[in-house]
Amino acid sequence: MTEEPWLDQANNTPLVQIRGVSKKFGDVTAVDNVDLDIYQGELFCLLGGSGCGKTTLLRMLAGFEFPNSGSISIGGQDMSTVPAYERPTNMMFQSYALFPHMSVERNIAFGLQQDRMPKGEIADRVHEILKLVELQDFKKRKPQQLSGGQRQRVALARALVKEPRLLLLDEPLAALDKKLRKQTQFELANIQEQVGVTFIVVTHDQEEAMTLSTRMAVMDAGRFQQIGTPTEIYEFPQSRFVADFIGSANILQGRVTEDSADHVRVDTELGEIYIDHGQQVSTGSQIWVGLRPEKITVSKSAPETPGPNQCKGVVDDIGYLGEVSIYKIRLDSGTIIDATAPNRIRPMSRTHAITWEDEVYLSWEPSSPMLLNT
Amino acid sequence: MQGTRSRFLTVMITLGMAFFYIPMILLVIYSFNYSRIVPVWGGWSTRWYEVLFFESPEVWAAVRLSLQIAFVNATCAVIIGTLAALAMVRFGRFRGRTLFGGMLVAPLVMPEVITGISLLVLFITLQQLVGWPAERGFTTITIAHITFSLAYVAITVQARLTGMGQDLEEAASDLGAKPFKVLTAITIPRLTPALVSGWLLAFTLSLDDLVIASFVTGPGANTLPILIFSRIRLGLRPDINALATIIILVVAVCVAIAALIMYRQHKRDLRDEQLAERGGG
Repeated sequence: MTEEPWLDQANNTPLVQIRGVSKKFGDVTAVDNVDLDIYQGELFCLLGGSGCGKTTLLRMLAGFEFPNSGSISIGGQDMSTVPAYERPTNMMFQSYALFPHMSVERNIAFGLQQDRMPKGEIADRVHEILKLVELQDFKKRKPQQLSGGQRQRVALARALVKEPRLLLLDEPLAALDKKLRKQTQFELANIQEQVGVTFIVVTHDQEEAMTLSTRMAVMDAGRFQQIGTPTEIYEFPQSRFVADFIGSANILQGRVTEDSADHVRVDTELGEIYIDHGQQVSTGSQIWVGLRPEKITVSKSAPETPGPNQCKGVVDDIGYLGEVSIYKIRLDSGTIIDATAPNRIRPMSRTHAITWEDEVYLSWEPSSPMLLNT
Repeated sequence: MQGTRSRFLTVMITLGMAFFYIPMILLVIYSFNYSRIVPVWGGWSTRWYEVLFFESPEVWAAVRLSLQIAFVNATCAVIIGTLAALAMVRFGRFRGRTLFGGMLVAPLVMPEVITGISLLVLFITLQQLVGWPAERGFTTITIAHITFSLAYVAITVQARLTGMGQDLEEAASDLGAKPFKVLTAITIPRLTPALVSGWLLAFTLSLDDLVIASFVTGPGANTLPILIFSRIRLGLRPDINALATIIILVVAVCVAIAALIMYRQHKRDLRDEQLAERGGG
């Protein structure tokens, strides 16, 4: 088996196979005929807005809901008649769902006791996992005597201690404050690497998904919009939805004027856009082009040679965010284009700083534009 | 402005409290009245307590019967009512759920007289058909009380179950606990406050009930309310005042204990919160 089986799908058997799964609640279709393979050792993120079906899909993997059609198998075993308590999965709940009438220790031991494991072994395993999440000193506490971050770690420990084949995490970091969340993101990824368990994480936070995942799926209206590594999703989104949902993007409609194996030319409001990689499009067709704000260079001096991938505009507004500034550039047509630039020099000490109503030139690399089919 | 408003509130509260408690205070005072005729003051005495304790075995028989009925009723109502609530909240949508829910709470709005008559008819019919219950008394009153108490228990438990959400039970099941284990290890302990208040509610309702009990009781089986009511019909009796005073005392002690427990719980919650905020050991 390779180190990263999900990058070599032809030669590896997936751990989880989801085939044509649909789930309806009354008239509402929460999950709509989805297919997905997840491989051993992955940290897979299901990313989407609220009501996109990501939690329902997770609950079907856990065995709390059963699909109306399609099949789910885990480790080659069909799950359609397997109840939650017999599945090789464990779940970490968004609310943590710690048992308030049990101490930290007993919360963690609960799952092992269900397997009728000998007492000594239970104590060893609990001790070990408490060490992993650094909560040895808190084992006698009740959940309500712990801080939010500590509760989160107890929930993680309780789900991990049974060494499941698949760990399901429902918004594992949503209840933490921003600073703690960032720190915990890395901790979570570290723990996953240490224990080697396959994680499926549901989140609505794109930054979280980008940081954590080996691969991710962007979900909308019960379907997958795109599945891929964070880089693939960010740099090569296939649709306007994904381009706009992950990060931000200027999206322009255009017409393909030239399509060859190694480049594409598109005519848009920004003038001619030259893309240095080929893509499946046909000359003359209407298409959308996405351009990420951070990939646009804003300059007060005109480019030396005229050509594609440049245009002129006027600074309409500037948003100062500290580490970067967002420039809203108004084109002659009235369209506003967003461009961001890192503030490498303090703006007030800059003599040639770009300011409101300045005439500026925008340019970008030919590798930057993203062709969006839908 | 502030001053007048608070004075207004003080007056209203005083009047309200007086309205509640003056009758009880009067009752307590008159229970120490020597005179046989209740409204006539004949000097302080514990005479009626002596009468009550040493010359009124029928009163104590009634107290014992009432407590027995209340105890059995509360216990059965908690068991059946909890099962009904679990069915309503945790079994999802089953056929006839709405009807079942409606029928469950119907005893709450049904006039007691109707409940009483219908149960009496039931017991008589049963007796004619199968010879059971052979005579009306403890068993019939208890069954009658269970029928309406369980509705109160079901509502109390149902509210708690709904408020509690399903996360903990799902977590337990996810960790490998079979449904019965989930019930005993998670659901029941979590429900304890609701079960206790449901039990107490059912107990009190049963102790209190006069109407239904008088329909379904038989010769010789007098609950306390039936006994008191039948005596009052013959005029106010000072030994009943003494009995009432004792009941007030018992209730007051119970309320005080409950308040103490709640105060302790509150203090424990505060301490937990502080521990959680400090985070450290």
